[in-house]
Amino acid sequence: MANVLVFAEARGGELRKIALEAVTAARQLADATGGGDVHALLVGAPGIAAKATQLGTYGADVVFVAEGAEFATFARESVAATLAERAKAGSYRAVVIGFSAQGRDLGPRVAAKLDAPIASDVTEIAASGDTLTVKHPGYANKVVLTLVLSGPMAVISVRPSAFTAKENAKAARVEVVAAVPASTPVVTITEVKEGAKGRPDLGDAPIIISGGRGLKAAENFKLVEDLADAFGNAAVGATRAVTDDGWRPHSDQIGQTGRQVSPQLYVAVGISGAIQHLAGMRTSKTIVAINKDKEAPIFKVADYGIVGDVLEVLPAFTAAVREARKGQG
Amino acid sequence: MKIAVCIKRTPDSESRFRIAASGAAIDETGLKFDIDDFASYAVEAALQLNEKAGGGETVVYALGPDTVQESLRKAMSMGADRAVHLKADAVPADGLAIAKALAAELASGGYDLILFGKHAFDSSAGVVGTAVAELLGLPCVTAASELKIENGAGMARRELEGSAEMLTFPLPAVITIDEGVARPRYPSLKGIMAAKKKPLESKPAQLGAVRVTAQKAELPPERPAGRIVGEGVTAIPELVKLLQNEAKVL
Ligand SMILES: Cc1cc2nc3c(=O)[nH]c(=O)nc-3n(C[C@H](O)[C@H](O)[C@H](O)COP(=O)(O)OP(=O)(O)OC[C@H]3O[C@@H](n4cnc5c(N)ncnc54)[C@H](O)[C@@H]3O)c2cc1C
Ligand SMILES: Nc1ncnc2c1ncn2[C@@H]1O[C@H](COP(=O)(O)O)[C@@H](O)[C@H]1O
Repeated sequence: MANVLVFAEARGGELRKIALEAVTAARQLADATGGGDVHALLVGAPGIAAKATQLGTYGADVVFVAEGAEFATFARESVAATLAERAKAGSYRAVVIGFSAQGRDLGPRVAAKLDAPIASDVTEIAASGDTLTVKHPGYANKVVLTLVLSGPMAVISVRPSAFTAKENAKAARVEVVAAVPASTPVVTITEVKEGAKGRPDLGDAPIIISGGRGLKAAENFKLVEDLADAFGNAAVGATRAVTDDGWRPHSDQIGQTGRQVSPQLYVAVGISGAIQHLAGMRTSKTIVAINKDKEAPIFKVADYGIVGDVLEVLPAFTAAVREARKGQG
Repeated sequence: MKIAVCIKRTPDSESRFRIAASGAAIDETGLKFDIDDFASYAVEAALQLNEKAGGGETVVYALGPDTVQESLRKAMSMGADRAVHLKADAVPADGLAIAKALAAELASGGYDLILFGKHAFDSSAGVVGTAVAELLGLPCVTAASELKIENGAGMARRELEGSAEMLTFPLPAVITIDEGVARPRYPSLKGIMAAKKKPLESKPAQLGAVRVTAQKAELPPERPAGRIVGEGVTAIPELVKLLQNEAKVL
């Protein structure tokens, strides 16, 4: 029986989806050790404490809240220091963090501070005796590794969407803790540039419409946007060919060197299906591909393929999706 | 500026992988190896920063068996000035252990900047660089997609989900490099010749306890073979029906 500490990521005063997934993963791990407690650390600008009860709903027994004006943006050094301090204060079997942009930064910092072994981007966790065993897709998702971590405490960062957030209500006790300031020279955030509003992030979106060079011109991405709008809650992605040409921002790139996504539905339009692109989306639940070349490699992984010109097929697809969703609210 | 770049030698990302007889690693026979992708962007970034500054030194580090010397030579043929090989029988799956060995070596180097890839292709972990920063007590930008040094201060951009941070940092600092910072150059023939004469120091790595080990390696399940629904606009009604009734996403 061992307790698990989890970092509950918040941004803009809201918990992120990954926070609830991480709590669920931590809950699973605590249960696997014979039923320990899950302690969550929630760090944010003043007011964030209001979100603590939501963590209880997903299985946190205790929520430690550290509020500070500096946490309005990602004050990485003091978030890491606060998390490490918390981890030292309890005797935890593991610190669970989401493998998000923030979590990628925090994980190694906290592991180094605690001198604890770390596994990143984990999709499954099991505990037995003195070891934790995790699955982690390495080699850009081409080889699944089973890693064994030894030692009394480990840092585990969990892959977004790998653990489905599950309600498991606990009457979470909330305890206020002090933020720990950074002890080293820090990086200063001079500006946060907000991306396009009104769309979910690629990592959170259940549906992704992704465009490639087959769209022919940046303006034709409007057709991709239209389809995303027709689905209601879809995000828009792109290939490296497209982000290299500046048609879309680099942050939209999906693949080995871009984002790795696993939505319910991935629609690839005008995308050839290069191995580096597949590395970022092949674990999607359902894949649809539209490409004029019936030999395009994307059709090998697509559940449903349409051979045709995207400039013709996309508007018709969009209209049909609108029609199908009519009256669904 | 004095810049260190840590590079890992990894198999070519286009390779088709098989699992070794041990069941715990990939079978390396026949694979092409090179500097890992993000670390090669880091080498290029270092070279460009020093070219722009009109001088300085770029030193490359690799921890691993003798084969990593090939990657160090390649980095020198791109333009790095010298190389340090931290000799180990194998590269552990323990990122923090690698970080400790590198940090022990880098601590006394007097570097203005220490660069890493944001993650290595094989480990796909993104641990080593940020952990080195923490061990050395240096400011760190993880996964910088832009990097500039002006008047002894650094500026970087970092993508978050759906937004980006613009950051400034004092030197010395550790930066892990995302795509977008620099595209690696191909070594010129002259560069390749020059690299043969550049200093490559080899010494044992101070690897402590290794606490993360690979127990098993498996190929992911194949997706079921794709299916073509039809051609052009006429296939749309069928596609919509499948998305509604079979995939249940509509
Ligand atoms: C180290 C490395 C890392 C990489 N990382 C990534 C990565 O993270 N993500 C990524 O995406 N790529 C990555 N790449 C690049 C990758 O190899 C491909 O070059 C890229 O994915 C191709 O993008 P694309 O499919 O948009 O373009 P193309 O390969 O040019 O394909 C365009 C497709 O559109 C089709 N088409 C053309 N016109 C039409 C039309 N009118 N209607 C319908 N279809 C049409 C064509 O048949 C073709 O299949 C990487 C490469 C390397 C070497
Ligand atoms: N054995 C190694 N020798 C030198 N540098 C390394 C080694 N392993 C990792 N690195 C560096 O750390 C980065 C991140 O690696 P990783 O944490 O394994 O994803 C790589 O891109 C390299 O820059």
